[in-house]
Amino acid sequence: MRDRTVLSLVAALLALLVAGRILPQWAISYASVALYTGIVVLGMILMIRTGLVSFGQGLYYALGAYAAGTLDHLWKTSDLLTMVVVGALVASVVAFVLGFLLTKYRDIFFAMLSLAFSMILYGLLVKSSELGSTDGFGLSVKTFAGIALEQPRTTIYTVAAIIAFLAALGMHWYFRSHLGRLAGAIKDNELRVEYMGTSVRRVIHINYIISAALAGIGGALMAATIGHVDPETTAYWTTSGEFVFISIFSGTTSVFAPFLGAAIFEAVRTFAAQYFPNTWQMTLGVTMLFVIMFLPGGVWSLFQRARRTA
Amino acid sequence: MLAQVPAILIDGVMAASMMFIIAVGLTLIYGVMKILNVAHGSLYALGAYTAATFAGLWLSGGHAPLGSYAVLVASAIVVGLVTGPVIERGLLRFMYGRDEIVLVLVTYAVFLVLEDLTKLVFGVDPLLVAEPYGLLGNLDIGPLTYPTYSVALIGVALIVGAVLAFVINKTKAGKMLRAVIHDREMSAAVGINVARVYLVTFTVGAMLAALGGALTAPTTSVQPGIGAEKIVLAFAIVVIGGLGSLGGAALGALIVGIVQAAAVHWKPELELFSVYIVMAIVLIVRPKGLFAIPEARKI
Amino acid sequence: MAYVLEARGLNKNFGAVTAAANINVGFQQGSVVGLIGSNGAGKTTFINMVTGYLKPSSGTIHFEGRDITALAPRDITQLGICRSFQIPQLFNSLSVAENVKVGVGICARNARGKAAPLDENQQVEKLIERFSLAAYRDQLGGLLPEGIRKLLDIAMAVAGRPQILLLDEPTSGVSADEKFRLMDMVMDALKTEGVSVLFVEHDMDIVARYTQRVLAFYEGRIISDGDPATVLDDAEVRKYVIGDTHHAASGVADA
Repeated sequence: MRDRTVLSLVAALLALLVAGRILPQWAISYASVALYTGIVVLGMILMIRTGLVSFGQGLYYALGAYAAGTLDHLWKTSDLLTMVVVGALVASVVAFVLGFLLTKYRDIFFAMLSLAFSMILYGLLVKSSELGSTDGFGLSVKTFAGIALEQPRTTIYTVAAIIAFLAALGMHWYFRSHLGRLAGAIKDNELRVEYMGTSVRRVIHINYIISAALAGIGGALMAATIGHVDPETTAYWTTSGEFVFISIFSGTTSVFAPFLGAAIFEAVRTFAAQYFPNTWQMTLGVTMLFVIMFLPGGVWSLFQRARRTA
Repeated sequence: MLAQVPAILIDGVMAASMMFIIAVGLTLIYGVMKILNVAHGSLYALGAYTAATFAGLWLSGGHAPLGSYAVLVASAIVVGLVTGPVIERGLLRFMYGRDEIVLVLVTYAVFLVLEDLTKLVFGVDPLLVAEPYGLLGNLDIGPLTYPTYSVALIGVALIVGAVLAFVINKTKAGKMLRAVIHDREMSAAVGINVARVYLVTFTVGAMLAALGGALTAPTTSVQPGIGAEKIVLAFAIVVIGGLGSLGGAALGALIVGIVQAAAVHWKPELELFSVYIVMAIVLIVRPKGLFAIPEARKI
Repeated sequence: MAYVLEARGLNKNFGAVTAAANINVGFQQGSVVGLIGSNGAGKTTFINMVTGYLKPSSGTIHFEGRDITALAPRDITQLGICRSFQIPQLFNSLSVAENVKVGVGICARNARGKAAPLDENQQVEKLIERFSLAAYRDQLGGLLPEGIRKLLDIAMAVAGRPQILLLDEPTSGVSADEKFRLMDMVMDALKTEGVSVLFVEHDMDIVARYTQRVLAFYEGRIISDGDPATVLDDAEVRKYVIGDTHHAASGVADA
């Protein structure tokens, strides 16, 4: 299949795998963050392309992170594969249930209701002393599919890269399928889709579960990478707001966009946190305004333009 | 347990009064401009910081303590009058016509900017100017004792509500407002200066947010992050009450205030998210909130 | 012959407004019927009730003998009734070809197990050709000229392979010289599909030329029902629908 995107994805994966062998530890950590954040944002973009912006993706991110964490913390299972799978499963099941309610809403109401559920989880986590309440707790990753890890950090990075590759590839094919086409159609004109004979709610529900699973996987990978989970960096509404921000910042037309956007975001955040801790939010805000006003296609549109003129 | 009901109701109403002042501005802005103003939270914080700072200066300057109340209110008005036009004319105006969700993101960006701006101007240390809070002494309601200040705030909320209700329902300006809420295009077509309505609405909304902050400032320690906390509660209130409805903001505030008070008294573990559970329940039963504005047919 | 579509005692009230008053009407398979009436007379309300967008205040609607009154639009579409819209309802950010593809795709999946499998791509090409959309196939829905939007809107309805097609003002917004060309194209495309067509129309020349039967609506009631010549000449119809000064065309138009 002469699909350029597929070839580019494979090339990117290979580059990442090679880089994993030669890059210093800090670079690998940074790349891991960009990768798992990108996975979450990929899910957000699926929903945005279906016409819905969730302000509560932190719910699934937190579920994935805490699932991974409790596996180590409470059940002494420090296996990365298990963490990722359980994170995805927990998020998917909750999304399946909540989806029956949430798919009835649109626009602001969908946004607010999704925010509400993430804040409910936040409240539960803060009040839970076994889960460390506001401090959260630490975790470590010792094995992958039972195999002991000598360099956990690198393995986590590699796993993140492979999952990112699979997720991006899957999403690319999904958008070319009938269901993927329906997402854009629903965003444009839900009424017409319904009138053509298919259930809009069912499609939204499916996409919602997929985006939740991706957020759950991202959360699990985050927990593994950072080695710590707490309510504020996962379930609080400002974290969900960050995901929304990165989605808009990245652009929604390419499966590469979320990873590029996440990488830039993370780089700026690290830089700002070190040198301008009190103006980090302002920087974010101004950047967001700039992108909204002048780059409606996100930073990816800049990248596309550069590629074309090259 | 039942013995706590009076306390819950009073605590709830007091909290509701404060929340109402913030929420009513938010719902007004949404009703007229169809924008969910996330920056409302930072305007609240800005109001709190400004009021606390100037009231503190006033009091330490040896002026009449009762005058500090005027300083609080004046600070709020100034904050609103400055930030309102700057944000609306300087930024929002260029975004009208774009998707609702884009406008929410714009106000979210403004929120982020204002959060740091506030930190830069006022510093990150907590600010506590409690004198105005204790100045009026205490009031006995049955066996319970409350600061008179908190009770007075209920009065302030009622006045704000009454004034807004009067303006919206009984004045010509209010009629224009209602026209714009109903149909922006039609209003422009009949000659209403929609741009001016927007400017005034947003400025009044900003003033109300700042007023909420200013009046709350003496009761608490003003520090970074108070805006973020309040804005999500305000969201919950306006969604519960119905976006754009004055009565909805009042009822929503009451529900949220009482539910939170009940949680604090009966089940403290639920305090943090009791509000969101209520919001979810209300939205399930009434998908557009309690007093929603009906929509016209599409085809 | 039995009625393929039948309305019995349909009433619809919006508060004090009567949009449908005791509508009793039946349609046979293969007919081409025009629905006329001034704005607000109840034609679109009738279509909205048949397609499930509105629920009647009382009365029932039957399709092939089955009561469809309470069904949702998508169920009614799946049964075989499709519609086009007064204001074309397209997917503005998708291309013309993609718009049609969505419709064909949905239809194909609904038909799984029930009918012979569809070659989707072939179907899409067939529709694009039938409705003369080839020149615009890669253009975005939102950027199309009005006449093409109308054609696409109808093509999308036909993509559902309906037995009954309801067209809501297919030529409105289209320039006078374009109207006949558009209707010719639509009716030709439909002839090969064998569908029954009910269409709302304000242009009496179009009605006279393309219909076998006309229903005239007024204040929610059907005040006349018969062949075009008779209905268009009816005194009440001339008074309430056409307007006294217009003379009904006899079917010979100089297009």
